[in-house]
Amino acid sequence: MARLVILGAGVSGHTAATFAKKWLGSSHEVVVVTPNSKWNWIPSNIWVGVGQMSKKDVTFELKPVYDKLGIDYRQAKAVSIHPEGSENQASPFVTVEHTSDARKGESEEITYDYLINATGPKLNFGATEGLGPDGGYSYSVCTADHATEAAAVLKEKFDRIKRGEKQKILVGTGHGMCTCQGAAFEYIFNIDTELRRAGIRDMADLQWISNESFLGDFGVGGVHIKRGGYVASSKLFAESLYTEKGINWTTGAHVTKVEEGVAHYEKLDGSTGSIDFDFSMLIPPFAGVGLKAFGKDGQDITDTLFAPNGFLKVDGDYSGKPFEEWDASDWPKNYQNPTYKNIFAVGIAFAPPHPISKPMKSPNGTPIFPTPPRTGMPSGIIGKAVANSIVDMINGAPEPTHETSMAEMGAACIASVGKGMFSGEAVALTVYPVVPDYKKYPGTGRDQNYTMGEIGLAGHWIKHTLHHMFLWKAQLKPGWSLIPE
Amino acid sequence: MQHDVEKNVKPYEQTFNTMVPSPFVKFMRKCVIWQFIRFVIINVKMIIVVSKSH
Repeated sequence: MARLVILGAGVSGHTAATFAKKWLGSSHEVVVVTPNSKWNWIPSNIWVGVGQMSKKDVTFELKPVYDKLGIDYRQAKAVSIHPEGSENQASPFVTVEHTSDARKGESEEITYDYLINATGPKLNFGATEGLGPDGGYSYSVCTADHATEAAAVLKEKFDRIKRGEKQKILVGTGHGMCTCQGAAFEYIFNIDTELRRAGIRDMADLQWISNESFLGDFGVGGVHIKRGGYVASSKLFAESLYTEKGINWTTGAHVTKVEEGVAHYEKLDGSTGSIDFDFSMLIPPFAGVGLKAFGKDGQDITDTLFAPNGFLKVDGDYSGKPFEEWDASDWPKNYQNPTYKNIFAVGIAFAPPHPISKPMKSPNGTPIFPTPPRTGMPSGIIGKAVANSIVDMINGAPEPTHETSMAEMGAACIASVGKGMFSGEAVALTVYPVVPDYKKYPGTGRDQNYTMGEIGLAGHWIKHTLHHMFLWKAQLKPGWSLIPE
Repeated sequence: MQHDVEKNVKPYEQTFNTMVPSPFVKFMRKCVIWQFIRFVIINVKMIIVVSKSH
């Protein structure tokens, strides 16, 4: 009997765990280690952040779901990986620290035959002074609790507006090396919609700030879309939307410090400035969760297993080549660690070979550019492919049997506002491939037949359908495995 | 005649160099019949993208 241990139960880890168990059956063990007792459909946190949904609408208890499928669930956080075992333990193992009330602080060693690191990111609020809801001056929608807190504060600001006080609202990224611009984008347009619904839009100044070198970069180097007989950059469409909604924007900005009511920034041109706010939601940069790795003799081998940013090295090209030499083939395909062949990483936890957007620095040497997104659809697809490979390897395959590269896969992104069936609206975007391949698709880097974007009710309906569909799938309700990632 | 959204364009400010939707475009975004057609088309495209990605 083989044991597969999965660290983390986000979109990618949960997908990998559920499919692996479905395919392996009762003859092999699947163990999931995650510090959270609840699963969170993170894309819908945006609606929680404006008070349109509650935490219970976007989360559910993991244990009953895993019990249903026979997955061994441990509520704990991973601390270290020991891929060679130790002097007292011949098998490779991970050390974990329990987080449940019943076993809080208890340490445990879990041996494995195969390991998937799906720990997701550490929300690195500490990278910018004053950033974040815990001791800082900005809010976040990265977790359901953060979003709930943001909604409560936002409601108080709305009440102030209704009493006749103008309010300044700042939304975007809180550091020069952030990803997830799409989440902040969706959030600012949801705030705009809620202000309009309340009839108080003219009493609020909405301001966008991000590390993108141009509006509409979204961490994927922008997208070219066919509309009205032209193929045009997402910059044009994004600027059009911000103008239409009366939202000001500042791009190419690294937020250097957040104080009470003011965010300071440095721009790509080297200039500095500050923006006053009454409410701000700024996405933090992501880092690895800080897992350590040790050899058999107890020697620290973290650098062997992990990249300097804390994400796990897989089969990507980490040679650090310049932008001009980037190639689609740099991106990992099977997500297997090159040193320890029974360790894989999926979702945000795998180290990308380089950004997708062109790296840029200010004249002061400050790097200001989006780091690559690895969330949502790609992370689900990667999780499933890796689960498939490991199941085959457990059944005798010598190498990973399934490959999926972000340079060969597409993604669908929908930013939706409002909850009403006919009053909402959404930007629906499909991108193929996620990582532009300028050799295969000269010019725009993407297949224009499958890269599209438009605004309307249709995308809004799709977003709501996806919300219910993915929660259904994640809860392993009938037919769950037929729903695509 | 100036449409509402055009009022957001400020001469020689950042909003001056972009495009804004016409009333027809805004109507079509909310037109249930047209959006139902787009719903089908977008879904088909997304299914193709998903199937090409697995």
